[in-house]
Amino acid sequence: MTQETPLRPQPRFPEPDTQPFWDATKDRKLTYQTCDSCGEVIFYPRGHCNACGELETTWHTSSGEGTVYTYSVIMQSRHPAFKDLGPYALAYVDLDEGFRIMTNIVNVDDPITGVSCGMRVRLNWHDQGEGAIALPMFEPA
Amino acid sequence: MSQSREAAVVGIHEYPLRVAPGVSALQIKANSASKALADAGLSWKDVDAIYDTGTHQNIGGLGISEYLGLKPRLIDTTSVGGSSYEFQANHAATMIAAGKANVALLTYGSTAHSDRRAIGTGGATGLGAPTPFNNMEDPWGMTLISNYGMVKARHMHQYGSTDEQFANISVATRYHAMRNPEAVKAMTDLEFVGIDEITTQDVLDSRLIAWPLHLLECCMVSDGGGAVVIASKEIATNCRKKPVWIIGGGEATKYRENGGDITVSAGAQSGPRAFADAGVSPGDIDVLMAYDSFSITVMCMIEDLGFCKKGEGGDYVSSGVLKFDESGGPALNTDGGGLSSNHPGERGIFLILESVRQLRGESTSQVENAELAVAVGNGGSLGSRHSTSATILASD
Repeated sequence: MTQETPLRPQPRFPEPDTQPFWDATKDRKLTYQTCDSCGEVIFYPRGHCNACGELETTWHTSSGEGTVYTYSVIMQSRHPAFKDLGPYALAYVDLDEGFRIMTNIVNVDDPITGVSCGMRVRLNWHDQGEGAIALPMFEPA
Repeated sequence: MSQSREAAVVGIHEYPLRVAPGVSALQIKANSASKALADAGLSWKDVDAIYDTGTHQNIGGLGISEYLGLKPRLIDTTSVGGSSYEFQANHAATMIAAGKANVALLTYGSTAHSDRRAIGTGGATGLGAPTPFNNMEDPWGMTLISNYGMVKARHMHQYGSTDEQFANISVATRYHAMRNPEAVKAMTDLEFVGIDEITTQDVLDSRLIAWPLHLLECCMVSDGGGAVVIASKEIATNCRKKPVWIIGGGEATKYRENGGDITVSAGAQSGPRAFADAGVSPGDIDVLMAYDSFSITVMCMIEDLGFCKKGEGGDYVSSGVLKFDESGGPALNTDGGGLSSNHPGERGIFLILESVRQLRGESTSQVENAELAVAVGNGGSLGSRHSTSATILASD
């Protein structure tokens, strides 16, 4: 549970659409919404359904299992939190419940060859300290 | 819809410097506006419509009008990233055709290089009010280049396209840049290594910035800007140079969507809209000015506008059609593009400028008897939210 120095850019609040999602990560829950009217999966979090415009939604907790849709391996970042990390994988992961999240793929030796489109992955929480927001990352399943 | 020739580009100017210390974005706009109006043979007082993204100076459409000293009856500050000027050119043509304005001025200026903006590799800034986008994207260390890298990776996975195929895009644009003295000066002033024509192997040998994108697949960050004057038919036919008609336009947006196909850009909607509006087809086009922020952006524009089938862009760009002196398809980015001539952040205006030069016969890589050009801008981030707008231009 060591903090990176400097810290990654954090979600900032007040931001009412995404606050419930990030609050849930403190309990290690990866959450998403569905529309009470049309049933569409809504992600990223919003106070309305972006498919039909209805305002009632229901929150669910994901199993954390999914598939890498695509990824890129960042070799050069000028951001202080990332510039000395070495190559790291940014990805879109399609969760089995039907939502696509931007994330990092971790626990691979070489992110270029160790990750692939279509690879099965599972949730791996990146802790940032007791009581803090945790970042939902993924690792090979 | 039958082809419209109600509005034409009558004046253009591209700010020549890509490194312009001590000059402001506003000054680049005013300088370019003055010279574009002179190019048209029109004066400051003829302008009755202002088009500007309103960015870079935080003064919006009102401020740019006051600064220039104009009292427009129409202001449009559509700001959707690098494609904004295709949106604006389409809007200007529509409004002029409707009789709402006679002379529209589009201005762009940026000092991205001199400001030392790390557009491609800087990552999240953590500045400004929080948004849902920032809150869901900032923690992962995404750089702009990696956003596009994710699209290229999926394209390679889905269609079997290769790094070597993508490299042809960079090779063709550099070939054109070496014939354009302003592009050569740009690369010199920005201290490019090896200012010469390049091979596909050179692209593959350049370092990875965000796999699978290599350095030579990424645009530069420069200063620069320009201006475009669009006028009604009555005025256009009496200007200093032959008019270049805006005969059609199309616009669309696309977002990161659950289950969506990231390899298909908004151009799959806006391209066909533009061709239908103009009454022409991709096979008729002589010059393709496609926003080359990265190689993958061009690949998506070529496929989604219908110059080849979706997924076959790798073969298309490898078939020897992209250079101005090759046949079989439109010439690509004959000014040298964002990859090798200039990219101050929102490159869309330059796509129109070079289209006009081609259709006037003024390009440094002139396509013989060029009659039709497409300027297709892509703004935002291809792998998340972006806009694609196409403007189709015709010689007189």
